[in-house]
Amino acid sequence: MNQQAEMTVSDEVAIEISGMNKWYGSFHVLRDIDLTVFRGERIVICGPSGSGKSTLIRCINALEEHQKGSINVDGTLLSSDLKNIDKIRSEVGMCFQHFNLFPHLTILENCTLAPIWVRKTPKKEAEETAMHFLEKVKIPDQANKYPGQLSGGQQQRVAIARSLCMRPRIMLFDEPTSALDPEMIKEVLDTMIELAEEGMTMLCVTHEMGFARQVANRVIFMDAGQIVEQNEPEEFFNNPKSERTQLFLSQILGH
Amino acid sequence: MADQNISFVRHDQIPPSPPPTSAAGPVKWARENLFSGPVNTIMTLLAIFIIYRLVAGAFPWFWNGVWDADSIRECRDILTAAGKSTGACFAVLVDRWDHLLFGFKYPATEYWRPTLAFVLLLFAAAPALFYKYVPRKFLLFTALYPFIAFWLVWGGSLWVPVVILVSIIATMFAFRAVEGLDVNMRRILAGIVGLASGLGLAYLLYQGATELWFISNSVGTGGAFAAISSYLFKAASIFMFVFFIPMGIFVGYAIYDDAEGGGLVTIVTSLFVLYALLAYVLGPLSSGLNSVIPLELQAVPSRDMGGYMLCMILGVVCVSLSIPLGILLALGRQSSMPLIKGVCVVFIEFIRGVPLITLLFVANVMLAYFMPPESNFDLILRVIIMITMFSSAYIAEVIRGGLAALPKGQYEAADSLGLNYTQATRLIILPQALKISIPGIVNVAVGLFKDTTLVSVISMFDIVGMIRGPIQQSTDWISIYWEVYLFAALVFFVVCYSISQYSQWLERELRTDHR
Repeated sequence: MNQQAEMTVSDEVAIEISGMNKWYGSFHVLRDIDLTVFRGERIVICGPSGSGKSTLIRCINALEEHQKGSINVDGTLLSSDLKNIDKIRSEVGMCFQHFNLFPHLTILENCTLAPIWVRKTPKKEAEETAMHFLEKVKIPDQANKYPGQLSGGQQQRVAIARSLCMRPRIMLFDEPTSALDPEMIKEVLDTMIELAEEGMTMLCVTHEMGFARQVANRVIFMDAGQIVEQNEPEEFFNNPKSERTQLFLSQILGH
Repeated sequence: MADQNISFVRHDQIPPSPPPTSAAGPVKWARENLFSGPVNTIMTLLAIFIIYRLVAGAFPWFWNGVWDADSIRECRDILTAAGKSTGACFAVLVDRWDHLLFGFKYPATEYWRPTLAFVLLLFAAAPALFYKYVPRKFLLFTALYPFIAFWLVWGGSLWVPVVILVSIIATMFAFRAVEGLDVNMRRILAGIVGLASGLGLAYLLYQGATELWFISNSVGTGGAFAAISSYLFKAASIFMFVFFIPMGIFVGYAIYDDAEGGGLVTIVTSLFVLYALLAYVLGPLSSGLNSVIPLELQAVPSRDMGGYMLCMILGVVCVSLSIPLGILLALGRQSSMPLIKGVCVVFIEFIRGVPLITLLFVANVMLAYFMPPESNFDLILRVIIMITMFSSAYIAEVIRGGLAALPKGQYEAADSLGLNYTQATRLIILPQALKISIPGIVNVAVGLFKDTTLVSVISMFDIVGMIRGPIQQSTDWISIYWEVYLFAALVFFVVCYSISQYSQWLERELRTDHR
């Protein structure tokens, strides 16, 4: 795709995961994950439910704790040290399936809260930044409303703007469109495509294969806690190597 | 069509006519709600009859009420002279008004002080209760109010509350200072503080254990109850003897171990500073200052407080202390640190398992056993501690409900933005959890306010204590019931109903969905 040619990938490493394992009790969720993400990469992670995709990206900003192996985000080694964790979290933005906006704060306050308290940005500056990003996701007119008054698609775009206000270097998306009505999916995906075009490093768990084809430079297929296959989208969709991937793709693209 | 003039077609619209009286207005309402069927009609008539009998019975009693008499006998004479068979004797309220409000020992010349304190309370509460409509800087007055009110109600030297205020500010500075230390300095401090608190705790446990042993001996073993309680005291004492050294080591080490995170060290150090200031600096400094610049009101001892004033003092202080304490307990119960979680769980479960009256008796009698003989621990302070502990345990459980009702996503979103625990709790979690818990908290607060009358059973003369004691047992007003108890019910109703109305207003105010 010609769009992809514009989105350059540098050889600077953004995230380095090696030999990572995670258990929920005795259940082995993630097995020996090795993954290197370069700056500017747009990675789509797909796979059947329960395969550990969400857990994998939640490990990257320490929402889940991994038990073995190492995760290195932007040069900071993820350990149990709270300071490292807070540093990584402020560099890594995350969007959730259920948006998780703060319902007791207005849209603008949602966006300015973290810059003011974590980055110690002056309030006025934080508000300007927030308005900038709200304009970017095309909802500046809703700034003084509360999340409960917005539609799902608008809420998810606010959630993206909220993350962007922290000026993250990496964005994680955990099934951002799964809780949305079909006509709202497009507005969220458009926002994400725009973000990708600006060269943001993105990891996205999604079932939107159209989005994967258009934006991703690498698609990762996970099953049973393992990375089964990773490839460029063209190769991945047209020429899947493993049987498990073929089955998955036939199911997801079959109808 | 329209311009044809046809005689049988109307040219003007008929003005809307009111519906027939049977289908609108009070008649329709009554028909639908009161007389919609035979059963409802019978119920309505019955209810009207009962209401009539109540009013017919009570109204003459109110209407004939005597407001000016010196004793119940004079009151009855007035009623008989007027030829009335029934009538209230409200004169008792006039005669004993001061006693009902302030108790019978509070010096009459000083009544203006609690009254002023009450008026100031309204101003102090406003910035906290209506925080959206009152400028934030007025919160400064709210923060100073406890010290002003303390001085006004108890009197004595102004320097005592001032020095306490200064000590608290100094403690806050100590807290900041320790928080700002680098890790190595903090580790050294944590070592010292951990050692001191470990030794201190071990010493306290040892003292408590010997004290319990002493009590078990003095209870004696005559009779089943005494025997059982004696053995219980012995068991508790042995338990504490066994654990005083391990507990000291455990707590001391926990503080030392926390040097990196720093929360525990910081809090314990500031508590030490506060204790040292209050125990060793407060007395000499305030009396020294007082000898230089004497600013004194007539001191009123706690024993002399009474009437509705006592209920207000206990209610206001305990509610405003137990909400923050309850929040801390609820958060502590969710903590991932086993020590903090354990302490909170044990505290909450223990306090909830004990009736308030028992705790009040403990405050009145038992605490004296545990205190060093020379210490004179103020009775009202003891009662405040007990009631606060009691209601904070309940409030903690209410708030825990609110915390549990928050979706996990809120915690994750706060985490993923890089907010630390304090920020996430203060800015994201608590505002939402407290909003959910408002009805429950208000429920506890109203209950607490009414429970303040229980102090009458430990011979404190709150409004109920005043009625049961000095008023009903005086020769003037012997066996007067309805008038005084109705008055007590009325003043409590006014306050409790206001609290409930305020909470409903607050809930509407905080609604953020679909406005």
